[in-house]
Amino acid sequence: MPNLSDRQWLWLAAACYLAGFALGTVSLLRGRRHSRAAMLATLAVGFTLQTLGLVLRGRAVKGCPLGNTFELFQFTAWSSASLFLVVGTTFRVSLLGYFTAMLAAVLTLVSLAVRAWDGMPRAHIFGANPWIELHAALAVFSYGVFGLLALTSAMFLLRNHSLKSKHVGGWFSFLPSILDLDHISVRLLGAGLTLLTVSLAVGAGHWVPHPETVNVAKLLATIAVWLAYALALGLRLGGALPARQLAWACVSLFGAALLSLSPVNSSRHPPPAPAAPAAPATAAARTP
Amino acid sequence: MSDAATFFVLGASHHRAPLALREKLALPAEKIAALRARLGPAAGMRELAVLSTCNRVEFYGVADAAAVARLEAEFCILQGVPAAEFAAARRHAAGGDAVAHLLGVAAGLDSQLVGENEIFGQVKDAYAEAGAAGAAGPVLHRVFQKIFQHAKHIRTHTAITEGQVSVANVAVELALNIFGKLDTARVLLLGAGEIGEKTAKAFVSRGAGTPTVASRRLERAMELANALSALAMPFWLAPVKLGEFDIVVCATAAPEPVITRAAAAMAMRKRPARPLFLVDLALPRNVEPTAAGLENVFLYNLDDLAKIADANRAAREAEVVRARLIAAEKAGQLWRQIAPRLAADGGGGTGPSADTAPIG
Repeated sequence: MPNLSDRQWLWLAAACYLAGFALGTVSLLRGRRHSRAAMLATLAVGFTLQTLGLVLRGRAVKGCPLGNTFELFQFTAWSSASLFLVVGTTFRVSLLGYFTAMLAAVLTLVSLAVRAWDGMPRAHIFGANPWIELHAALAVFSYGVFGLLALTSAMFLLRNHSLKSKHVGGWFSFLPSILDLDHISVRLLGAGLTLLTVSLAVGAGHWVPHPETVNVAKLLATIAVWLAYALALGLRLGGALPARQLAWACVSLFGAALLSLSPVNSSRHPPPAPAAPAAPATAAARTP
Repeated sequence: MSDAATFFVLGASHHRAPLALREKLALPAEKIAALRARLGPAAGMRELAVLSTCNRVEFYGVADAAAVARLEAEFCILQGVPAAEFAAARRHAAGGDAVAHLLGVAAGLDSQLVGENEIFGQVKDAYAEAGAAGAAGPVLHRVFQKIFQHAKHIRTHTAITEGQVSVANVAVELALNIFGKLDTARVLLLGAGEIGEKTAKAFVSRGAGTPTVASRRLERAMELANALSALAMPFWLAPVKLGEFDIVVCATAAPEPVITRAAAAMAMRKRPARPLFLVDLALPRNVEPTAAGLENVFLYNLDDLAKIADANRAAREAEVVRARLIAAEKAGQLWRQIAPRLAADGGGGTGPSADTAPIG
């Protein structure tokens, strides 16, 4: 195996995801369905390379690589790709692989391009508590599920638009049926919400006895995301939220969830005190 | 055409033979057997397969010119068709052109409805019949087996089979875009006319459950329901029961809308999560156009369906050009493999299209 750094493996993974996106785009522009096997293979290779990169990063930081915005974006992309490889193939939803490749390419490339997101090296960010690490991993994995949900929702909106506007030819014809997309979206919403709920329950087990360790901004952002998704699912199951509105909600909420990563992350990385600007970077342990 | 035996096609199709002539030329199984008996072990006719469909009667085989002429004469006598009438509509080609023609036919490129699937099975049946009759030799085996491969390649690597081109099938395709599968979709047919019946049949053929027919004349609704193995319902109940159906095909002669926006809105309140597909095939229209604005309601009228069918037809035609190029290349390759064998066997396969003589 070549002796590459974690970021180099992650660049290679991003290139694979981009190749999958390019493959799908070229096929669509030529008015043809992309090869399902080729897309699956491209995503599988990208996922493997990304796993290698994240494992290397995990070894370096001695924990789950969820310590900064770069790692959070990478982990979210990894979660979406892994979920597609496991669940997406079962759903057999045409174009879902293409959209997953697009999402993974965007998340990985943006996170690699913004150097500031991948700051100083550090270790033991979760301290000695494995439950906190599980909490963080589950939370970010649920974001990966919500990422896939945002994709199926976007596909629903495109399919709905094509049927309403009576433009059903061209690449619209490759989209799955709206009822299939709606069913998949509801299942993904349920799965993502369950993961996030478990994550919050695990986190609460630590925070409730030690409320002083909780950052208010992080807590509010996380609870707001959870509440919004729970409300969307409740309204949908109660028949009060039509499928199209649910789709819009899921796309918007994923954007908001990504934005919420910033307060969540900054709560672990408070800006350095002005009095000590020249302090050297250390690998000091931080609590989440 | 030279006197040496070569691969040939002789026949008539919808391109040049009107329906009345095609009716006279049609060869059911018993007549194919009768023709084979008339031909007997004719000198010069080494192999022979007969393709008879509603749009064409064609003979494919390996024979010299005299044997082909005798086949034509015996066929006309058997069918009671004047030789001149057949000659005016016939297509006759040999060598590479005949191979290319067979590939075009098997791939659906030569069909009246380009890209249709049925012809592929019919060509297979013709090959099987020739095999069973002991009339398929090494050339037909080679040609037909390779033709099946190439036809499949063309059908899967071009878009000639994509997109429905009839109004009824376009409606079914749209329903699949909405519901994914039709086995759980409940279909209501309003009106008992021909177009509605055709559309309901198209839905049933693609897996829709038992449809329900409602007509102003209940006896007519029951009659059609019997024919379709469907249920019948009094017409006045339709707006009330609208929410119980997923697909509503409207084809009544009513001068006023049968389904108003209010009726559709009321139906959707009972089923907010499940889409409602309204297919309005009537003129004047049976569904208030404003119903299309309702959430989860998809309304398509006759014009909408016809536009999609036309666009699909145009897309298929565009793909035909590409498919024909592939077919020509594949047929050329195949003929280049067969010609030397025919030549070595004393036949006329001296090279690509060496003795091609399309005189039809």
